[in-house]
Amino acid sequence: MDRWRRITAQQRTLPDEAVPVVLAATGTHGQVVHAVNASAAARGITVGARVVDVQAVHPDLHVEQADIEGDAALLGRLALWARRWCPWTVAEQDGILLDVRGAAHLFGGEGPLLRDIHARFAMQGLCARLALAPTRGAAQMLARFGAQGVICAGEDVAQVLAPLPVAALRLPGDTGRLLERLGLKTVGALAQVPRVGLMRRFAGMAEAVNPLVLLDRALGRSPDPLDAPLDSRRWLARARMAEPVIDPLPWLEGLAEDLAGQLAQAEQGARRLRLTVYRVDGEWRSRDVATAQASRDAAHFVRLVAGKLEGLDPGFGFDLMTLEAVRVEPLVLHQTRLDGGRDAGADVAALLDRLTAKLGPDKVTWAAWVQSHRPERVEGRMPALASTTGVAGRAGAAPEILRERPLRLFDPPEEVSVIYAVPEGPPARFAWRRVALRVVRFEGPERIAPEWWRDRAGTRLRDYYKVEVTDGRRLWLFREGIAGDARGGDPRWCVQGVFG
Amino acid sequence: MSDSSSGQVVRLDLPRGGVDSGTDSGTDSAPAQALLSDALSARPFDAAATAFVLACLPKSKAPVLWVQDRASRLENGRVYGPALKGVTLLRVEVSHARDVLWAMEEGAACAGLSAVVGEVHGTPPVLDFTATKRLAMRAETSGVPVWLIRSGAVEGLSAARARWRVGSLPSDLHPHNPAAPGAAVWEAELFRARGCRPGIWAVRHDGASATGGTDRLRFLSRSGDGPLAQDHGAATHAAG
Repeated sequence: MDRWRRITAQQRTLPDEAVPVVLAATGTHGQVVHAVNASAAARGITVGARVVDVQAVHPDLHVEQADIEGDAALLGRLALWARRWCPWTVAEQDGILLDVRGAAHLFGGEGPLLRDIHARFAMQGLCARLALAPTRGAAQMLARFGAQGVICAGEDVAQVLAPLPVAALRLPGDTGRLLERLGLKTVGALAQVPRVGLMRRFAGMAEAVNPLVLLDRALGRSPDPLDAPLDSRRWLARARMAEPVIDPLPWLEGLAEDLAGQLAQAEQGARRLRLTVYRVDGEWRSRDVATAQASRDAAHFVRLVAGKLEGLDPGFGFDLMTLEAVRVEPLVLHQTRLDGGRDAGADVAALLDRLTAKLGPDKVTWAAWVQSHRPERVEGRMPALASTTGVAGRAGAAPEILRERPLRLFDPPEEVSVIYAVPEGPPARFAWRRVALRVVRFEGPERIAPEWWRDRAGTRLRDYYKVEVTDGRRLWLFREGIAGDARGGDPRWCVQGVFG
Repeated sequence: MSDSSSGQVVRLDLPRGGVDSGTDSGTDSAPAQALLSDALSARPFDAAATAFVLACLPKSKAPVLWVQDRASRLENGRVYGPALKGVTLLRVEVSHARDVLWAMEEGAACAGLSAVVGEVHGTPPVLDFTATKRLAMRAETSGVPVWLIRSGAVEGLSAARARWRVGSLPSDLHPHNPAAPGAAVWEAELFRARGCRPGIWAVRHDGASATGGTDRLRFLSRSGDGPLAQDHGAATHAAG
C-alpha cells in the first residue's frame, strides 16, 4: 500500500485520506482485496474479501490494481538494503527477517535499533511493523499480530505469544479452521494441550504447515536457522593513483586485464561495463558500455571504454578509478573452428559493440519484420544490442511479398503535383521535387487497403503504380483514395519509392 | 572483334571483391579485386547505383554493413528490406558524413562482414582523398569489399580503385504487357579504374530465379565496337 502511494503520488493526485482505497489482485474467483488503507480498514474491509462484495457495501470504494511482482522485487531489494543493520537478512513472502544477534549493540541496544529501523523505513515513505524476539517464528508472529515495536526477552516468549490468535502461526486455511473448531483460539491454548494428542492429530502433515512444529520453533524448542542469500558478487577492478591524474587512458589497460582475469577465473563474461573515476574534489563520473556477446577480452574492453572517454570531465584530476562488470553472463571457453581461423560471429559482435558504444543504441539496428500490408510498416528496426542472443538473434528472413517492391523507400511518402491527369492510371505528367516528369510506361494498380484494426477511421486506400519516366527512372507512385469515396477531398498522388 | 550486340558475361560467384573479369579480358573487362569502389548516381533519386552495388556484392550469409548519412536518407530514402533477396543488413543511420566514414572504417576492418556499403550525399569536406585512401587500405588489409554510393554533386579526388557512374536506361520490354516497364537496364560508366580499361556498358542483372541458373551481370559495351572503345577510354579518361 505504501509503495502504491509513493508511485502514484509521482503521477497524479492521491485520493483523500478519508476515501477507502483497496488494491485488488486476481484470485481464483475474480478480484480479491490484496491491501487496504487506513480508512478502508476502519470500515471493516478485510484482506481476502471479494472486490465486488466490498464495492456493493461501500459504493465510494476506490479500487486499484496491485502490482504483486513489483512488491516482491522491492522486498528483495529492501532485504539487501537492510544489511546495513546486520549481515544476515532474508526477504519473505510479506516481510523481511533480520538476524541481529551480536549486532544490536552497534546501534546502542535493541530499543534504539528498532527506532532506527523504523525511522529509516519512514524516510523512504514506508511504514514498517517491527518486532524483536529470540526466535524467528516468534518475531514473525509478533510483527504481524503483536504491538508495534515490541521487544520480547528470551525467557518470556511463551507468555508474550500466549494471547495471540492461532492464525498468527500462519497455518493454511483448513488447519486454522480445524483448530478454531476444536476451541483452540489462542497460541497459549494450543501450547497447553498435551503434546501426545497434538502429535497424533497432526502426524501426517508437512513440517511447514504442522502447528506443533511451528509452535516448537516459535518457542525455541527446535532450531530454525535463517538461510540468508549470499551477497551478489561484484566484478570490480580498482586502480589507485599516488597523485591526481587527468588522463585515464594509461591506467585502463591494467584495469581491463585485472577485470578480465577475475572474469576468466569464474568463467564469466561481461555484458555491461562501467568505468568510474573518483575526482579529488569528491565528485565522481562514470561511463557505461554494453557488449553484444559476453566477453572477457581485455583489449576489447579497452577499445570500448576508450571510445567513451570524450567529455569525461576530470576536474583537478582523480585519484581512484574503477572498472566494473555490471552485468555478467556465464562464458565458457570454446573452440568453434579447427583450422585456427577467427570466428566471424565474434568479429561482428565486437563491431556491434564499438558502433553502439560510439553512435548510440538506436542508430545501429537489425531489421525486425512486422506482418503488415502497409509497405512502410513491414520493416521495423531493432537495436542491434537488444536482441537477446547477440549476433545469432537476427530476425529471420523477410516476409514473402509476391509483388515487386521498390529498392528504396521514402518515409513519409512525398506528394507530387499532377500536371496532366488521365482518367485511368497514373498522371501522364507530374512534377516532383520541382522537376516535371513524363510517364512513358506504367504497371498497376496494386490496391492496398487500410488496415482497419490498426489505422485511424477514415484512412484511405492506396492504388500503387510502378511508372517509368522518360529517361528510364522507375518510381513507385500511389493515389491515396478514390474520387467520391467520401473520405476527404480529391485523391492525392505521392511517390513512395524508387526501383533500381 | 566484339560488336555491341555480343554481351560479355561476368560471373559473380568468384572470389569476393567486386566484379571479376570474364574470359575475353583485354578490351572492355570489369576490374578484378577492386576492394574500394565508388558508385556515383548519374541523376537525382535514381536507385540504379544502389541496385548495381547490390548486384555486385558477394553472395554470402554474413551481414552487410549499410551506413547512411542523414542527407542521403532524406534525398534518396532508405533501402527497403523486402526488396533485397538474401541480404542481411546491419543498418547504421547517422547524421554526419564523418560518422559514416568512421563506421565504414570500423566495418572494413571486420572480416566477419560480407561487405560494407556507405552512402553519402554531396561532397562533405571530410570525404577527401585522405579519407578514401584510409578506407581503401583498410579494405585491402581485411579483404572486405567496400562500396561508397554517392549522390548529388560529387567533386574531388577519390582513392577508390574503381569509380563507376551508374544511371537508369529505359527498361527492357515487359514479356507480357507492352505498356509496362520490364527488366531494369543500367548504364554503367567506369571512368577511373586501376588495372583495367575504362568504358561504358549497358548492364542487365539476371537474378538467380529468372534464368534458373547462376546470378550474373551481363555487360554490353555501349561505346561502339571494341577498338573504338579502347581509344575513347584512353583519350578521355586517362586523367581520371
